[in-house]
Amino acid sequence: MEVALNWYLALGAVLFSIGTLGVLFKRNAIVVLMSVELMLNAVNLTLVAFSQSMGDPDGQLLVFFSIAVAAAEAAVGLAIVIAIFRSKVTVDINEINLFKH
Amino acid sequence: MELARAFSTMAADLPAIFSMIVVSVVGLVMLTVAAFRSDHPSIPWLGVAGMVVASAWELFQLGTEPGTAFFGAIRVGGYAAFINLLVLLAGIATTILSVPYLHRLKHDYGEVYALLMYATVGMILLGSSNSMVSIFVGLETMSVCLYVLAGLIREDEGAVEAALKYFLLGAFSTGFFLYGIALMYGATGTMYLPAMAQADLATAGGTLLFWAGVALFLIGFLFKVSAAPFHMWTPDVYQGSPTPLTGYMSTASKAAAFGSLILVLYYALPAERWTLVLAVVAVITMVVGNVMALSQANVKRMLAYSSIAHAGYILVALAAGTEAAFAGALFYLLVYTVMNIGAFGVMALLEWDGREGRVQTLDSLAGIGTDRPVLGVTMVVFMFSLTGFPPFGGFFGKYAVFAPAVDAGLTWLVLIGVLMSAVSGYYYLRVVYVFWMQDRDDVVDARQASLGGLPPVSRTSQGVLVVCAVGLVAMAFFSGGLIEAATGFFDASAMAAAGGGG
Repeated sequence: MEVALNWYLALGAVLFSIGTLGVLFKRNAIVVLMSVELMLNAVNLTLVAFSQSMGDPDGQLLVFFSIAVAAAEAAVGLAIVIAIFRSKVTVDINEINLFKH
Repeated sequence: MELARAFSTMAADLPAIFSMIVVSVVGLVMLTVAAFRSDHPSIPWLGVAGMVVASAWELFQLGTEPGTAFFGAIRVGGYAAFINLLVLLAGIATTILSVPYLHRLKHDYGEVYALLMYATVGMILLGSSNSMVSIFVGLETMSVCLYVLAGLIREDEGAVEAALKYFLLGAFSTGFFLYGIALMYGATGTMYLPAMAQADLATAGGTLLFWAGVALFLIGFLFKVSAAPFHMWTPDVYQGSPTPLTGYMSTASKAAAFGSLILVLYYALPAERWTLVLAVVAVITMVVGNVMALSQANVKRMLAYSSIAHAGYILVALAAGTEAAFAGALFYLLVYTVMNIGAFGVMALLEWDGREGRVQTLDSLAGIGTDRPVLGVTMVVFMFSLTGFPPFGGFFGKYAVFAPAVDAGLTWLVLIGVLMSAVSGYYYLRVVYVFWMQDRDDVVDARQASLGGLPPVSRTSQGVLVVCAVGLVAMAFFSGGLIEAATGFFDASAMAAAGGGG
């Protein structure tokens, strides 16, 4: 069965919104990181859907780069979270407020 | 057969990415050396040598005809060469300034300099990209390296916190940026900037999809150049990061991001629709940056807000959107890079143990000019130039940015910009006042701070600062020629010739 492009786009938009809300409202740095990954994967879905419907490979090309970038970001992000956990023994981003004046 | 031809075309295009190849290969060599001895003193100088070779190459590319390479993914010619040269010079200055600083902190690991090289590669790709794919890859290569560099001193709570904030907000904005690209791609069916402008948006819903994409895309970019209201991360990150690297973040990454943004505006969005949006963002950015900078006690935090304000001045030119305005923005990026790297370089040399740049107050530096005359005098040049005083480059930069905006009918915007520049005089000249006209014995903070002795001076770092200061004075004489050359990059027929690809 052929699924219309709009359904993929709608799913992408919903996933992206969930990710955005997660970043805005979750206070655990790891969960925020996961929400960002969700946003990036929602975009990947959108890109692949557009790419497939137009028969143009460029969108899928960008998805490969996007996956690699997401992996690099996750590695760096987790390293930073570990560094902050070592000094603060918490990953709650409300308690990371040294610069609050 | 088809594949073989593709490979031979790409092999012929290799000179287009010569500087990227040199910088990344030298970066790998540095990493290899660092694997055997992490604090080998030759590592940073290897990096400097690599970047000097790359900038010499770019210098010869300045006059070349615009064109594309790698099937339209990369742009070559004067415009790309200008941005790349700017980024490479910032990289050289930062590497030299970082050596004594990181040595004092006992953090002079070779990997740091290698990361600096990779960040530079990302910026070069960003500055010479012609398709959304290369813009994304360049931007992310640059950003991921900068996240690590921000948190370099991982024993320091402030540095790690800066890295976390930079990373979380940076990754968040990447999501918007990428979604924007996806929507623009869906509406136009192409990733290539010139083709995007020619795409037919008339199909149902296509126009809405496109402009929604543009909005998301701009959010991503405005975050990277720290324009208000997407500037929240800037003061914290700049205050917490190692000082010479902050200088790098605030200049080179902005130059590359603005360079790429100008290309997008020039090619993919030739409509007049974004003028008002960018004008409003420019106003908010200038006001927030300058007003918030007034009340900062820490010089690094003040410079962070000042860098927001300067992003606002450049956005004035982008809002004007004429070729003269874009050329003015390019010249302003050059001036801004020199004076801001200099200002952060001076602050790096005035930190007692390097880690305290985060808490050091301006008052504690009272009378430092008499003890460190070279730093004091160069700081005066940088501060006057940042304010926009006539004999220095900053004045000509502001003129180059504001004059075309008036021609484009944005007089109200320029008036706000000039007023805000006047406001900025207060906090810049206060630094000069404290450095030279206050006496250390009169200020409690400064008396206590100097008990531990003054931080050691580094001749190489001072040399870089003097070169920056002299450059700012020299730019006053060459501003006309430089702006004219920058306008030449936008020569309509030349750019049209480079419009192919995709």
